[in-house]
Amino acid sequence: MRVPLSWLGEYVDLAPGTTPEDVHAALVSVGLEEEDIHRIEVSGPIVVGEVLEFVGEEQTNGKTINWCQVRVAPGDELAADGGPAVHGIICGAHNFAVGDKVVVTLPGASLPGPFPIAARKTYGHVSDGMIASARELGLGDEHDGILLLASLGIDAPVGTDAIPLLGLDDSAVEINVTPDRGYAFSIRGVAREYSHATGVPFRDPALALTVVAPVTRFPVTIDDQAPIRDHVGASVFVTRVVRGVDPTRPTPAWMIARLGLVGIRTISLVVDVTNYVMFELGQPLHGYDLDKLQGGIIVRRATAGEKFTTLDAVTRTLSVEDLLITDESGPIGLAGVMGGASTEITAQTVNVLVEAANFDPVSIARSARRHKLPSEASKRFERGVDPRVAAVAAARVVQLLVDLAGGAADDLGSVYDEAPAPQPILLPTGFVSGLIGLAYTGDEVRDALVDIGASLIEADGDLQVTPPSWRPDLTDKWTLAEEVARIVGYDRIPSVLPVAPPGRGLTRTQTLRRTVAQTLAATGHTEVLTYPFVSERANNLFGVAVAPVTTRAADAGATVAETGAASAMPVAVPQMKVANPLDGEAPFLRTSMLPGLLQIAHRNRSRGLVDLAIYEQGLVFRPEPEVAYGTAVLPTGGERPSAEAEAALNAGIVPQPLLVGVVLVGNDVRHQPGQPAVAAGWQSALAAVQQVALATGVRIEVRQGLHPAMHPGRTAELFVTVSAATAAASTVSVGFAGELLPAVADDYDLPAVVAVAEINLGLVFARADGDLTVTPIRTMPAATQDLSLVVAASVPASDLRAAVAEGAGNLLENIELVDDYRGAGVDAGQKSLTFALRFRGEERTLTAAEASAARLAGVALAADRFGATLRE
Amino acid sequence: MSDSAGPIDPPAITEEAVNAAVDAALAAIAVAATTALLKHVRSEHAGESSPLSKLNALMRSVPGNQKAAAGKLVGQARGTVTKALTAREDEIGAIEAAARLLAETVDVTAASSAWKAGARHPTSLLMERAADVFVAMGWEVAEGPELESEWFNFDGLNFDEDHPARAMQDTFFVEPTDAHLVLRTQTSPVQLRALLSRELPVYVVAPGRVFRTDELDATHTPVFHQIEGIAIDKGLTMANLRGTLDHFVQALFGPEAKVRLRPNYFPFTEPSAELDVWHPTFKDGARWIEWGGCGMVHANVLRSAGIDPEVYSGFAFGVGVERAVMFRNDVKDMHDMVEGDIRFSQQFGMNL
Repeated sequence: MRVPLSWLGEYVDLAPGTTPEDVHAALVSVGLEEEDIHRIEVSGPIVVGEVLEFVGEEQTNGKTINWCQVRVAPGDELAADGGPAVHGIICGAHNFAVGDKVVVTLPGASLPGPFPIAARKTYGHVSDGMIASARELGLGDEHDGILLLASLGIDAPVGTDAIPLLGLDDSAVEINVTPDRGYAFSIRGVAREYSHATGVPFRDPALALTVVAPVTRFPVTIDDQAPIRDHVGASVFVTRVVRGVDPTRPTPAWMIARLGLVGIRTISLVVDVTNYVMFELGQPLHGYDLDKLQGGIIVRRATAGEKFTTLDAVTRTLSVEDLLITDESGPIGLAGVMGGASTEITAQTVNVLVEAANFDPVSIARSARRHKLPSEASKRFERGVDPRVAAVAAARVVQLLVDLAGGAADDLGSVYDEAPAPQPILLPTGFVSGLIGLAYTGDEVRDALVDIGASLIEADGDLQVTPPSWRPDLTDKWTLAEEVARIVGYDRIPSVLPVAPPGRGLTRTQTLRRTVAQTLAATGHTEVLTYPFVSERANNLFGVAVAPVTTRAADAGATVAETGAASAMPVAVPQMKVANPLDGEAPFLRTSMLPGLLQIAHRNRSRGLVDLAIYEQGLVFRPEPEVAYGTAVLPTGGERPSAEAEAALNAGIVPQPLLVGVVLVGNDVRHQPGQPAVAAGWQSALAAVQQVALATGVRIEVRQGLHPAMHPGRTAELFVTVSAATAAASTVSVGFAGELLPAVADDYDLPAVVAVAEINLGLVFARADGDLTVTPIRTMPAATQDLSLVVAASVPASDLRAAVAEGAGNLLENIELVDDYRGAGVDAGQKSLTFALRFRGEERTLTAAEASAARLAGVALAADRFGATLRE
Repeated sequence: MSDSAGPIDPPAITEEAVNAAVDAALAAIAVAATTALLKHVRSEHAGESSPLSKLNALMRSVPGNQKAAAGKLVGQARGTVTKALTAREDEIGAIEAAARLLAETVDVTAASSAWKAGARHPTSLLMERAADVFVAMGWEVAEGPELESEWFNFDGLNFDEDHPARAMQDTFFVEPTDAHLVLRTQTSPVQLRALLSRELPVYVVAPGRVFRTDELDATHTPVFHQIEGIAIDKGLTMANLRGTLDHFVQALFGPEAKVRLRPNYFPFTEPSAELDVWHPTFKDGARWIEWGGCGMVHANVLRSAGIDPEVYSGFAFGVGVERAVMFRNDVKDMHDMVEGDIRFSQQFGMNL
């Protein structure tokens, strides 16, 4: 909403020198937020001039240019620019005659653009200024010729400063009006708020007018057969008639200037007047050419499929929820949204029917949205218009048409008014102070409520508060409390820190989430936050958790390629699609963290940052196949949903597990003095996994795995186990780590080796905080031995290690893989794995024989399970 | 002596002979500059064939009444030499150890490292710090889904289905839209979830990710973060809201930080306020910056959670995390916050 200061000043006294900034500051304090300041950027000597003579001079391009002598100061006085009283000016327009009063911008003036005016040589003369058109002055779009003051009904002496004369010295503050305060979409409403903010008296323009009821009834019928949410479409419908309007009368300059400042183009006097009164009082108005109306007016809902051509010449198919203004010819207006062409005010209109109605906010909001026709009128109706102001606004239009257009008020008209009166609200004593935490006096409460226009009845100290008709938002005692707090001032509210009951601190999940984030950062990974919007293809590639590969023991002889290829093909992954995405290429919600991280990796590399280790923790969206999420019906707000409804809402939420994704590219360790570079690869991804395991205290088991986006031989599937004793029953896959397929890396414009890891942290956290019992620390001397075993290359080292450990039994304290050898001395298809073993007795020093016996027991089990042989 | 070679003149254990041997030994020890040279000196002057050893060997032939004196003479002499050797050995050892260490000098400014620098994102760090401020006051941290039912995001929060504010929210809907699932436009749905699932009183904060259909530019991003707070108890007031916000901004930005409340409108609070924050070190100097919204929880929101607004009252607030990082750390362009350029996070390391 834009508020010209001159207009505001009609209803409140603005102190001399009040700036737009001052007005903004005042309005912000009562909740009307500042947006902008608008000025008509006109300055300098701009005066009324009179054309004394002119000579048409034909130019080589065929145009005729007028060389004019224009008087810009009386007698022998100096002109406003210090020049002579008569200036020679070149003018290309032809719509004037000798003796016409015009607006002359003298050298030194500046017009909107900015467009500075100076004496300049043109068409063989020195043009000492410019005769301005309406558009050049910022007074509308008229640019077919120069502005003739007579056309605005102005006759001022030569030399008069034209800036105030034309209302060009005004400026407007733009404020943001919140949805609860529709009344502030009027100068009347803003002036009232300015009065609240500053304490200056408010003069209500709605009270300044005497409303005369029409004598002869113009037939109006409200026939709403399908009220929306039990609200009849029109609660007030006032019509008034003005006859004998002179369509040639101009809109006064001051009105054009003010409308321009509020953002409305001048169209014609009658239309300008209805717009002007809408801004003045907040009541949308519509003018009909009375002579084109056929019979009376009926307000009704549209029928299904009914057509109506709006003023913008678009034929619209209507909904049964659209409210129509009709006459005997059919629809003549889409109520509160846009009128029709058949009864439009034209340059020939002399008899005008003014409509001032109050339409149901919901009905208008839906129609404006349905037809994508937001307008100044619909904006006001949606937020609620003062039902009591309709008759006043109609009378104001009549008054202006009589005053400005030479019309005569007719006694034909109608007043339909079924708007309910505001209901009184009980405001118990002390309620406001108790809610706000500030001891307001009784006077402060009463004064604030009276100030906003409420009427009060005091009963036993409590107040019966009847809100003013323009405040439909005041519906309960809380809304009244806000008014009191606002009018007295939010700055008066004290600061009192409340004491919460003892809390339980962060949950384990919250703590673990932080520990994981900190650990990854501490081990060289950089946290990034990506958008969760991806393509369907990316989800199909990354979002799938392929069926966990069956334990390797069962198919120890099979190669990865044999087990893998078929089950690792991308499949259609259930995923959620955004209905109104910003990026049409990525309308789906991520099912994996990796696509976003890969894009970020690419962006970094394109900026020359080639060694990357990045990670993100976040939610992914993983609908189950064949499940319909959401709920078709929503419970009503303002009451607790039934247990069933609440359960249905929660059941309708798509599973959104917390994941961490890691992407590593380039070098893990850069080349440094004495330190060769170490390239990032599958081992880097597994190192990140182990950091997560360490951070959470959960053992993450690594098995050879397969994933449609990943290298078939360099992918680990990750598992966690509830308890070692029941490994088979309670092992759950929590993610993958390894290297991307080179082709996938190439898709993201990344180098061939990209290491990635993704872990479902929710599943890992669920297994944290287990019932760990500490193994007693043995202090007897240790016996260390190495062990080299030859097995088939396909046997996972971890399985062989587990067999040795299990076989060696309780005396084995620690076992580490120290070498993986293939080549001379070991048959093709075989490998030699060397482990370092550390044995220790519980209560006494082990003999070499005891340690060796345990070692051989380990070998025996490895031989039994995997055909392992000792390599001597 | 019964040597068949016949009598020879044995060197006598004279004081002169002993002193001469000692002097020669001490002189040689003093000039021995290295461990190797000293070893040679030891062998020359204290070894089996050294003059002192030879003199010592004569003890056998010293007459009984002179044995004590001769023994003392030789013994003291050998002691002197041994002591000198030990002292010199320590000296040389220290010098040589020092020289070895000197030779090991490195350029400490050129250290190699297998360690690489990681970093947290400031948005995450700020949310954690904010949560810590509230946890220290006994509040708890609550969470909720990002893809949320419209009931939690709108209806339950007193957004009427035809409320203009609902159309203004720039909401991402997911298909099918008649299933009423949206990417939450605010962290406020967590308020309702907390109220529905917890015993009263409730004091919770909910940091989290939210979504609006704003194109990315210097000050907007469609995916951003908020911190929501809600407290519901008997007798809570707007003064308690201000007290909480004062404490919060001072803990987060410094003791000089100030809060200003301006009347505003939100469907889920009444009274409602815009929350401005001031600090002398903010970007572009000390000034008020619009940071979020707050107010007393609307009676209809309480009713949506089955709470009687005549018995309980409470306040809520929501602030933007990215915005706070921007004015706290002088981030000038939202692109830096969301593009994932590692140089951005790495400026923060692991602390905000």
